[in-house]
Parts: sequence; C-alpha cells; structure tokens
Amino acid sequence: MISRSLIIVALLMAMVAASCSRKIASEPLLKPTAYGAAIIESSGGKQIAQTGSPTPQPLIVQVNDQQGNALAGALVEFSGASGVNFDPKNGLTDSSGQVTTNVTLGGMAGRYELTASTRDKAGKTVALKIEEIALGYQQTLGRQLNDQYCERCHNPESTVERVSNFDNLEIKPHPFTEGDTLNKLTDADLTAIINHGGPALNKSALMPAWGNTLSKADIQALVSYIRAISDPPSRDAGPVYAKN
Amino acid sequence: MFGDSVRAFGVVSFVFLISLAIAPAKNHFSEWRHYQHGYLKMIRNRSDAVTLQRHFQGGIQQIWLPELGVVDRCTSCHVGLKEASLNDVSMQPFRKHPAIPHQIDQFGCTVCHRGQGVATTVAEAHSSTLAWEQPILPAKYIESSCGECHRGPLPGAPQLNQGRHLLSSYGCVHCHTVKLPDGKILKATDNPPSLSHIADKTSREWIYAWLKDPQAYAATATMPNFKLSDDDARDMSGFLMANSTSLPGDAVTLSAKAASDPAAGASLYGESFCSSCHSVQNAAGNLVGGDVGPELTRVGSKVKPEWLQAWLRNPRVYHSETAMPHYRLSDPQVATLTGFLLAKSDSDLLANVHLEAATLEQIAHGKRLVSDYGCASCHEIAGIKKPENFAPELSRIGSKPVTQLIFLPGMQHTLPDYIATKIKQPRSFGQGLKMPQYTFTGPQIDSLATALLALNDRSFTLPPALTVAAKPESDYEPAGKAGKLMNDLACFSCHRINGHGGEMAPDLTWEGSSVQRQWLVEFLKNPNTLRPSLIRRMPRFNLTDADVNEITDYILTVYQSPTIDRDSLPLSGYPQGEVELGKQLFYGKYACQGCHIVDTKTDKGYIGPTLTKVGSRLTAAWIFQWMKNPQAVRPGTAEPNRAMSDEDARALTAFLISQKGGGKLEVAKK
Repeated sequence: MISRSLIIVALLMAMVAASCSRKIASEPLLKPTAYGAAIIESSGGKQIAQTGSPTPQPLIVQVNDQQGNALAGALVEFSGASGVNFDPKNGLTDSSGQVTTNVTLGGMAGRYELTASTRDKAGKTVALKIEEIALGYQQTLGRQLNDQYCERCHNPESTVERVSNFDNLEIKPHPFTEGDTLNKLTDADLTAIINHGGPALNKSALMPAWGNTLSKADIQALVSYIRAISDPPSRDAGPVYAKN
Repeated sequence: MFGDSVRAFGVVSFVFLISLAIAPAKNHFSEWRHYQHGYLKMIRNRSDAVTLQRHFQGGIQQIWLPELGVVDRCTSCHVGLKEASLNDVSMQPFRKHPAIPHQIDQFGCTVCHRGQGVATTVAEAHSSTLAWEQPILPAKYIESSCGECHRGPLPGAPQLNQGRHLLSSYGCVHCHTVKLPDGKILKATDNPPSLSHIADKTSREWIYAWLKDPQAYAATATMPNFKLSDDDARDMSGFLMANSTSLPGDAVTLSAKAASDPAAGASLYGESFCSSCHSVQNAAGNLVGGDVGPELTRVGSKVKPEWLQAWLRNPRVYHSETAMPHYRLSDPQVATLTGFLLAKSDSDLLANVHLEAATLEQIAHGKRLVSDYGCASCHEIAGIKKPENFAPELSRIGSKPVTQLIFLPGMQHTLPDYIATKIKQPRSFGQGLKMPQYTFTGPQIDSLATALLALNDRSFTLPPALTVAAKPESDYEPAGKAGKLMNDLACFSCHRINGHGGEMAPDLTWEGSSVQRQWLVEFLKNPNTLRPSLIRRMPRFNLTDADVNEITDYILTVYQSPTIDRDSLPLSGYPQGEVELGKQLFYGKYACQGCHIVDTKTDKGYIGPTLTKVGSRLTAAWIFQWMKNPQAVRPGTAEPNRAMSDEDARALTAFLISQKGGGKLEVAKK
C-alpha cells in the first residue's frame, strides 16, 4: 500500500517535473568540410535598426585559412543576446569563404554584441565580435529630427537625394558618430549647444540655436540618438547586450 | 485488516496535510517572489542600493486603470522599470524601461505590450495558451500599440506610419475594406489606370507579359503577381483588348516627324524634370528618379508611338485624373521626347510572347477570369462592375482570435506571424486563394503587420477622450479658370495648398503674401533654380502670358495669410545704417551664410534658397514675419526660429530686401 502510494506520488512528481522542463528544439548541425584559422567581417557591422527589427543589410563574415586565403566549407555559428535572431543561425562558407545571415536585433535599445565563431583544425573556437545598434522610441525620434534638421550639415556624406553642406562650412561641424569628441561633452553641454547654439559653449555661431524650434523632449531625443550612434561608444548609451 | 486501515488512514492524512500545505507553499515558491529576491540581491552591492531599496515594494504589485481596462501585475517581477539609475543593467526582468512619452502608472504595461496583465507567472503573462488569447507583442510590432490611440501620423513611430501609408499606396484597400475606428473608410492612393481604352495604349503581347510577371517589366511596379497560367494570361489579355474602346484623340499626327535625336531627347527629359516623378534604371542597375509616376526603363516595349505622342501632348485626354502635368510641349518637342522614350526598350521582354488571335471562347473565358480575380476592384474596366467586399474586411484584424486562424506547418501560432506570413506568401495558405503575390520587402511586411495589428478591439472601444485624432484630410480644390489651369498643370502632384497635395515642393498656402508679382510671373514663365542642391525642381510648362497672369493673380489674391499684410513694409528705402546692421547680423550673430548665399564670392551654404536676388523675390512683410517665426508661416521648415527682436528682424529685412541681384552674375556653374 505504502509503496503503491509512494509510486503514485513519485509519478505525480515526475509528471510535474516533466511539464516544467522546457523542450529545446535541436537544429540539425551542418558538417564542416574545412577548418579555418581566422574569421573576419566582410560587411554588415555597426548598422542601425529599430529595436526588434532586422538590420538594413545582412551580416557577412568570411573565414580565412592560415595563409589568409578565403576558405570554403567552414562552419560558422552566430550567437547573440536573447532576443537577437539570426536567419540562418549557422552556415558553411561558400566558394568565396563567406557566410551571410540576416540579423534581427532584440527588443531593448542599445548596442548588441554578436558573435560569429568557427573552429580551427585543433578544434579551438575562433570568434569574431560584431556590434549593431538598436534604437528605441527616443532614439528613433531623435533620428527623425536629425534627418530633418541636423544631418545636412553634420553628415559629410552626400547622397543622390541629399547634398551635404559640410564642405561649405568654414568651421566644420562634428559628425554625430565622432565619439572621441562628443563623448567628452556631458548631456547638459550637448543640450545647451542645441538649445542656445554654438556660442553657448564658445563654439561657432554657424551652429544656430534650436531651442525655439525644438521642444525639450525633442532635444532629449536628439541627445539620446547622438549617444546611441557614437563611435567609440558613449558610456551613457547604456548596457551592451551580449551573450553571457 | 484493522492495521491496514490505520495505515491507510495515516497515509491519507499525510497526503491531506501535504495538499493543504500546497497553497501556502506555492505562494512561497512563486516566481514573482523569486524575482523580487533576485532583485534585492542584485541591488545590495550597488552604490545606489539605499535609494533602490527605499523605492522597492515587496509583494504583488498592480496597476489598475478601469478606463483602459488595465489590471497589470507586471511590476511584481519587473521591479526596476522606473529606476533611472539602473541604466547599466541588461538582465531581465530588472531592466529600466526605455524612455517613452508616457508614464507607466498612467498607461500600465499591457496597453502597449499586450500579454496577460493579471497573470502572476512568466508563462501565463507572456505566452498564449488556449485560455489566454493575448500573448506578448514581439518588439518589432510594438508601434502598433501607439496606433490604437494615435490615429494620425506619429513622430517616433516610423514603422506604423509607413504601414498605414502602404495600405493606401499599394492599394490593399481596393479589395479589403478597412473601416477606421473614427468611422472613416481608408482610401487608396495608388490611382490604378483605367483599362477601358487599353488597346490605344499598348499591345496584347505587352499585357500578356505584364500579367504574367509585372516586375519583369519594371522592378518598382506595385501591381502584384497573380501567378497566372499561360492560358489564363492569354485569355485575359484577349478579353482586355477586345473589350477596349478607342478614345478620340488617343492618336495624334504631329506636324513634326518622330525624331531620334538621343542628345536632344535626354536634355529635354532633363530640362522637363521628368525624373522628379519617373525613374529609369541606369547602366549600373540603380534606379534614378522619383516614384510618383511609373518607371520608364522599358517604356519603349510597352506603349504605342501614337499613344505616347498624344499622351505627351496632353495626358488628360486619356486619363483625366492623372498626376502628370499637361506640359504644353511643342510638336517638335513631343517628337523628340517620343523618340527618346521609345528607345528605352528591352527586346527580351516580348521575345517569347507569340499570341494567336483570340477566339470568342477565349475572350469569354478571359472575361470570367477578370471578374474572378477582381481586376475591377482596382482598375476601371468597361462592362465589369467594381465588386463589393471582394476580400475579407480588415477593420478589426488586430483582434482576430487565434482559434479562427489556419496556420501553416512550422509557423508560430500567433496573430502577428499569421498576418506577416499571409502578406509574404498569400497563396501558400491553400489552393484557389485569390490574393496575389506582392513584392514587399521584409521591413515593409513588418510595417504593414504593425498597421494592421493597430486595428483591434481596443482601438474601436476606447473612450474618444483618450484618442488622438488624425488631422482631417483636405479635399481643397482651387476655383475658377485659374483652378482649372492649376489642375491641368497638376500643381497638387508636388505642391500642397490648404492641406491638399504632394510634399515634393514648397507649400503654397500663403504664397500670395510671400512673393512679389513680377518675380512670380517670371518664375512661372521660366522657373529658375532657387535651391542649387535640389535635384527635383519646378519644370517649365510653356505657358502663355494670359495663363501666367491668370495663375499669378489667383495666387496673389487667394493665397494670402491673414497674419501678413504684404504691403505693410516697403520694398526699398531702408536707411543705410539699418541695412549695414542687417548685414552684420546676417554674417555675425545669426551666421546665416551657413545655409544661404547672398554674396556668391564668399558664401557657400546651400541648404536654404539662394538669396542673391531675394529683394526682387519676396515681400518685405513676409521676410520680417519669417525672421520672427519661420514655423508659424511654414510649419515644418528646417529654418530654426531664432526668437529675434523686432529690431533685429527689421534690420535683416532691410539687408535682404536690398539684395535685388541687379547685374550680378548667377552662381557660376561648374
């Protein structure tokens, strides 16, 4: 009797345990035919996308052998913080030594550190770290305002649709990616320059005052956008989301 | 026997005691308690521990907002949402909430993120089970929740805005009725051409090739692919040709012969700024030009030469509502442009299309197919009525129960996934489905799904006080003879007036207060370049003097701002001292030369219009008001409001109005 009830209790507990455990779907692993010595980024790093969205361009990495030549048939695996998705999650390098994956960033704004890894002949992992930037609501609003008001002077690159005014200015504005300079300014400094113009911090009057055109929230959004895209990264931009 | 019963009693009592203990034990071992312990452990060694501990409240937390139907206990586990100093924490559930324009206490969590607010376990709060229909909304669709209350375009929610725009501009709403929460029916903006006179315009072979694969003709085509069989495309093209009636004036004989002078054609195409609206693929495969009109890369393989001539002469004969202006080109110009456009052809496009004359049965079958596929939902086709409710209504698609959906194998069983997959590959959901294959990109599909998810029960049942209404659409039309002329010139394809029209060119709502008469007359006759950096510019319409005067008079009398009296300040005669002061302010305090050019020798800025002749262009009253507050006279302009004193504004006005450009050279061309 005792043993029977014990069995029932044990069964119940086993059922509870079974229902609590998560099923982990296993993906069929690809078999590598070659093993590289190094992995490098071809393109697709440092892109900007909205949270939870795919980056505009796919991420392409390349595996090289010891001589530095592109290697076909090596297995590359991609990983990132939870919420980051890769399509595909892994792949074999093609004839030009490259693997292409589409990256969707996680739901939090900030920097995402992605890892692309392959194994060398000794079975050791060779990894490459790549950073992408996810913009939340505030930074997205900041980006919109940047496109409307700031970019024509602050972005030296011209496109077909938008000719840059950068070269025409006697005193050059700082591109917003210029972390070396901009990271030294506090949020209050940046806000003051946007609000009252360059002369507020003894800088050029070519930077006009925007305080009567943009709201306080707008200026905050702009500052958070500038922090988000600065390179090297700003400390105010928050945590880096990476795989633990 | 007796001993057994005692033992049994003992066991039963034991089990009973244990089961009594389950409830308090469950509470003790509950997930939220576990997370709260974790949070306290995490903050213990931080420098801000004291503040964080003071803010911390144990036990189940709840945000209750009866008006929104919100009972959210999410903050029981997500303890640090409001802690600004947790900026560096990346671990969930303890992250700080990113900055948004709303307070968590006032809106709760599930209004934006969905999920089950009352649940107190991770799985029940986040995931959908049969009992809980509303799973957490994936981050990429989060903007759909903004759209529940915000009915118009919203800064900071580009995906929602784009999705709403696509629903109209790709013509989704031709077939799917979308009734908006404010009672309006969403209208299409794509304006597909009538097919009643199609035989005047193109060949049956082209129609066949187009029906088979619209994107083979033009990669930018918004017409979807219906995946028709060869026979079906043959019969439909046969019907459309047989059904077409000829329109008088669709073929003109020009006094000049169609000329093939590529250089002259290219320069006329450029001068007329055709590329402001039409794109052409260049040798590198990149599209160059705007997307208001159709792509012209292979137009020579499509249109009949006679039709093209008639169209270039006056497009309104064939299509009275077209966005294309009536250019008033001379016969030789039409001939040159026709020759130039016809040369843009692709011999491969129709190389394999060989069609026998259509039989009566084929035509009848084609007609049936044209009705079955709902072609008349988008296109006007003589003899076929526009079908009503051709496709399912999408007004509340965002609340469609998951149990009513049929999923594909391997798909996640969630509504957003269903909507996105349905847009991506509509025909994969079963045989005989009619929805065609569109060529949306991934981000376009995400934004469409975002816009559709916003159309849910909550958006319809919200108290009106909690919603932010869309700006009502304007159907402003100018009146009289000038109004007719302006429509003929399709001014509204690029310019906006009183809330109606395009956004490519400046808003002309207050143009009557802004410009001097002589300048406007000259500009309409021969538009010159105000902004050297723009690639889209005002074309020349070869207007007669009478037409120019008609439009000028209309603009100057009707489009006057009530706050600007154009004659309140003189156009000349300002004291020299004031002009000098203005000059100093221009180059010094306000550094206007960063964006504008007054002296072509020294100034380089070209964001704003060139001001070398501004004194002959603008009224002094307008300049003064513009200096005081540019956004007040033209909302959205990039010129910052400098909150100038009246003295500064007046001095700058004096300086600028003295820039008459007399005898000075234009910006030297490189």
